Amino acid sequence: MLYSEKVMDHFQNPRNLGKMEDADGIGEVGNAKCGDIMKMYIKVNDGVITDVKFNTFGCGSAIASSSMATEMIKGKPIEEALQLSNKAVVEALDGLPTHKIHCSVLAEEAVKAAVKDYYDKNGISYDENEFAPGNCPHCHE
Amino acid sequence: MYIYADNAATTKTSPAAAAAMMKCMEESYGNPSSLHSVGQKAAEVLQKAREEIAALLGADFNEIYFTSGGSEADNQAIRSAALFGAKKGKKHLISTKIEHHAVLHTLNKLEKEGFEVSLLDVGEDGIVKAQDVADAIREDTALVTIMYANNEIGTLQPIDEIAQICHEKKVLFHTDAVQAVGHVPINVHEQHIDMLSLSAHKFHGPRGIGVLYARKGAPLFNLIEGGAQERGRRAGTENLPAIVGMAVALKEAIDGMETSEPKVEKLRDRLIEGLSEVPHSKLNGDPKKRLPGNVNFCFEGIEGESLLLLLDQKGIAASSGSACTSGSLDPSHVLLALGLPHEVAHGSLRLSISENNTEEEIEYMIKAIPEVVDYLRNISPVWEDLEKGEKEHVI
Repeated sequence: MLYSEKVMDHFQNPRNLGKMEDADGIGEVGNAKCGDIMKMYIKVNDGVITDVKFNTFGCGSAIASSSMATEMIKGKPIEEALQLSNKAVVEALDGLPTHKIHCSVLAEEAVKAAVKDYYDKNGISYDENEFAPGNCPHCHE
Repeated sequence: MYIYADNAATTKTSPAAAAAMMKCMEESYGNPSSLHSVGQKAAEVLQKAREEIAALLGADFNEIYFTSGGSEADNQAIRSAALFGAKKGKKHLISTKIEHHAVLHTLNKLEKEGFEVSLLDVGEDGIVKAQDVADAIREDTALVTIMYANNEIGTLQPIDEIAQICHEKKVLFHTDAVQAVGHVPINVHEQHIDMLSLSAHKFHGPRGIGVLYARKGAPLFNLIEGGAQERGRRAGTENLPAIVGMAVALKEAIDGMETSEPKVEKLRDRLIEGLSEVPHSKLNGDPKKRLPGNVNFCFEGIEGESLLLLLDQKGIAASSGSACTSGSLDPSHVLLALGLPHEVAHGSLRLSISENNTEEEIEYMIKAIPEVVDYLRNISPVWEDLEKGEKEHVI
């Protein structure tokens, strides 16, 4: 089997799937040309991510990575969500095939992009370096 | 219900072929190269299979070389023609952009070894123009190699015309007929085909066995050195059970072609008709000049791998030319050669049916596939942009 049971579970029963009308931050990352786009919506209250939704165009592992990432940041303070690494997503999914690792990088970046959008909309200052594009060679042309 | 619609990948082994293989293992276990009677019995079985296969292809028995399958046959045919050409100062090879990787990668390697390769374009219909082949042939052309039918989009190439052109211009012509043999009528002598590759598991025979047909006088060099099997052109003890299974499966496929293929074609056309109802979908390849069992669609706004995985859950085995299913980052070179943009090529679905499929199964797929496409579109940011008009529909 290409994917772990965890990946298949999150692919078949994605958590927090959908759009959010009144989102406080929206992040969209990826490139249709490469075959993956993730869009993440967050709701923030007192510095805590109280709700999160996602939509994804992509393969099974892209959908599963998005789903897992939303679960890992829901209910967490923003600072903690920003610490979410692609490695943590891969571990939580019981691993991804090597050529699918970039899906987990996209999930990490989607979270960061949503937080950045929230900061921008609310005039909150931040360190640009924290939002520098990740090290995935596939996703940045 | 589980529907197997991935016959272009491989087919279910025919019971008659499997039985013949079993019988061969039990009764004809000798090595055909051995002089004792057990070996000679195996040699007789081998010769009989060779003669049967030759007759079914319109060839002579001594023009049949057993290989491990289509890829090996392609490699040997192309390398042989290139080496032979180079000896006479001919280092130009012609092919198309939609060939199987067994052909393309071999040509790629030869290019690095100093050969010049011209890869011809195909039209939006997935078919190469015979005139383009004629125009590409030069004084130093050593080989034209063009597939009989494409493995992804099923399009049938104008092989008769191309072979005739090559014959007249005295250029060697090879065709990778892996997808075509057993599904469309082929007669290598009548069609002036110099070399042809086939693979048994595409027509309900076993895997790991194929044929390189090379007409008398066509140059053949060894890829595998060793014993004198296959008249010194392919070393290694013959895979006799597989050869016997292949002969049985090929006879079944060709004898049954007149009744089975029109039935498959009817199922194919119904499936195409049904899936065409999906908005912003597109049939890839010419609607009629295609293999009887091939259906290949692109659905805008979704990605092929997730489509495959969900279809598997619904009991449908299919295939896709999406990057994610290939292990690379680019979608299928065949779909890109049709002029489809990357993002559309990612959303491709290949259904390859056989005479084992039923009308009921086709109707189930026509119902189930649009449901899955709808679900994936609903969760796709790409589809959202298309629907909002932020991006323009391409198909």
